Amino acid sequence: MSGEFVKAPFKNVVLRWIDDRLPVLSWAYNELVIYPAPRNLNYWWNFGSLAGIMLVVQIVTGIVLVMHYTPHASMAFDSVEGHIMRDVNWGWLLRYLHANGASMFFALVYIHIFRGLYYGSYKAPRELLWMLGVVILVLMMATAFMGYVLPWGNMSYWAATVITNLFSAIPIFGDTIVTWLWGGFTVDNPTLQRFFSLHYLLPFVIFAVVFLHLLALHQFGSNNPLGIDLTAKDKIPFHPYYTVKDMFGLSVFLLVYGFFVFYAPNAFIEPVNFEPANPFRTPAHIVPEWYFLPFYAILRAITFDFLWIVPAKLGGVIAMFASIFVLFFLPWLDTSRVRSARFRPVYKWLFWVLVVDVLVLGYCGANPPEGWYLVAAQIATLYYFVHFLVLMPLVGKLERPLPLPTSLREPVLGAAPRPQPAE
Amino acid sequence: MAQTQDGPEKGAGAVRRDFLELVAWSTLGVGTLVSLWPFVDSLNPSADVLALASTELDLAPIEEGQRVTVKWRGKPVFVDHRTPQEIEAARATPLSELRDPEPDEARVQRPEWLVVIGICTHLGCVPLGNRPGEPRGEWGGWFCPCHGSHYDTSGRIRKGPAPRNLHVPPYTFVDNTLLRIG
Repeated sequence: MSGEFVKAPFKNVVLRWIDDRLPVLSWAYNELVIYPAPRNLNYWWNFGSLAGIMLVVQIVTGIVLVMHYTPHASMAFDSVEGHIMRDVNWGWLLRYLHANGASMFFALVYIHIFRGLYYGSYKAPRELLWMLGVVILVLMMATAFMGYVLPWGNMSYWAATVITNLFSAIPIFGDTIVTWLWGGFTVDNPTLQRFFSLHYLLPFVIFAVVFLHLLALHQFGSNNPLGIDLTAKDKIPFHPYYTVKDMFGLSVFLLVYGFFVFYAPNAFIEPVNFEPANPFRTPAHIVPEWYFLPFYAILRAITFDFLWIVPAKLGGVIAMFASIFVLFFLPWLDTSRVRSARFRPVYKWLFWVLVVDVLVLGYCGANPPEGWYLVAAQIATLYYFVHFLVLMPLVGKLERPLPLPTSLREPVLGAAPRPQPAE
Repeated sequence: MAQTQDGPEKGAGAVRRDFLELVAWSTLGVGTLVSLWPFVDSLNPSADVLALASTELDLAPIEEGQRVTVKWRGKPVFVDHRTPQEIEAARATPLSELRDPEPDEARVQRPEWLVVIGICTHLGCVPLGNRPGEPRGEWGGWFCPCHGSHYDTSGRIRKGPAPRNLHVPPYTFVDNTLLRIG
């Protein structure tokens, strides 16, 4: 899209006949073959395409699993643990691919997000690209949560109860909203059936937003490790250079994915979820899936009423949602015009502190909210917001960035770097 | 890097690249096909469906001349306790009159018990005649109301559009009064 639209050079008359009338082949040729990509992309740029592939894997395994799953409170657990895991041909494989696939998808997306944070990929002119990515993250979270409920194990049930009860913190309308979400007076069959419907719908919504994400990406092309705007000379065609590199990255990723699916398939599954849902017994230690742990820690960190008007319960919910929604404003919270952290000596450190901060939050989220875990979670929560709301705007103003190269050829050819403000 | 700018090379370099490309594409192709198989195979009958694949029937209460229908793999199976006249009618028919020639002896294990799948071989309707009072067609067997196929007392097609005789399912007599279908 960052160039003239080129007609695909087909020799085959049938392909040419189709392409003349429906230029979808030329479109693919422009966006996937000759699409100019920076020649200096490193392996951190593999994770976007890997996440896209995982989305497809989740949709394909999900569609087949639905053919064997029964979305009813009295049959869901047996249809997963009994029917799919034991009776359906390869059912265990489909289910483990899907369940571990969710974890893999989040791992890839989190790396993809931190890549964007490090190299400033969210900055102008890629603000909407970034914001669409945050939309995808929110949709993924909703989808993953509802998918986790479907096996109707005891952790599924109580996850559904706890997460839906978040909405009861909303003043005045809270309880009405929760009853409406449940379709009853507790999490039960109506809840399961609507979660099933939405769990099937949302991945296709994600797919559509991914398409917009790519449209926005191709408008200005990929950012790159130097974060500078590149000329055509510093770009190479996507095929074969990045198709091959993506395939190589995919092979490595599949080894990791395959390891979990075949050798540690239950590594991410809570043992409590092998018990059927029991509305009378909450598991002693209730934890969400690992990819929600940092947000869960933020939710539980607010144990005090805030400014006498926001009760602790509402405060936790607001903090948790705010921790995601603050990302929408990142392009404007970061006041530095230099994209890549390579040329930002202060921000580079802040980035790694943020990584550690999120890991601390995750660790606290996995442990009971007591004693030092709680104190650590509260400090880490505070720092999380200070990072985005205070440090990002300030550092952008105060930091003195290193001189930027003007093109890729310069560092390669060893020319003296000239000081230049970022574009 | 230098190679790509010099264009395709003749000789050893090009051969090596061709080989690598061939190996890469074959691995990808075979790998894709292999990983598709679990998805396809998962649509085949699962173990709990196969576990219900045989049906047993107590023959003792079935009178001579009586026909019963049992469900086997989701399909109706006609069990006919044939009268000597019906057996005689089936066996007297010359094979030359049949569209799907098959002697009655080849269609039954014991002459008095005819076991056939009650699905018309034309387009899958269930023929009439297994319940008292239903039309049995011109040959006293079964009559399919959908498109007018007539079957005789051996379940063989005699008239109408159906191409084949009513199928005989695999079955065994466990003892004199117990039939196992499947």
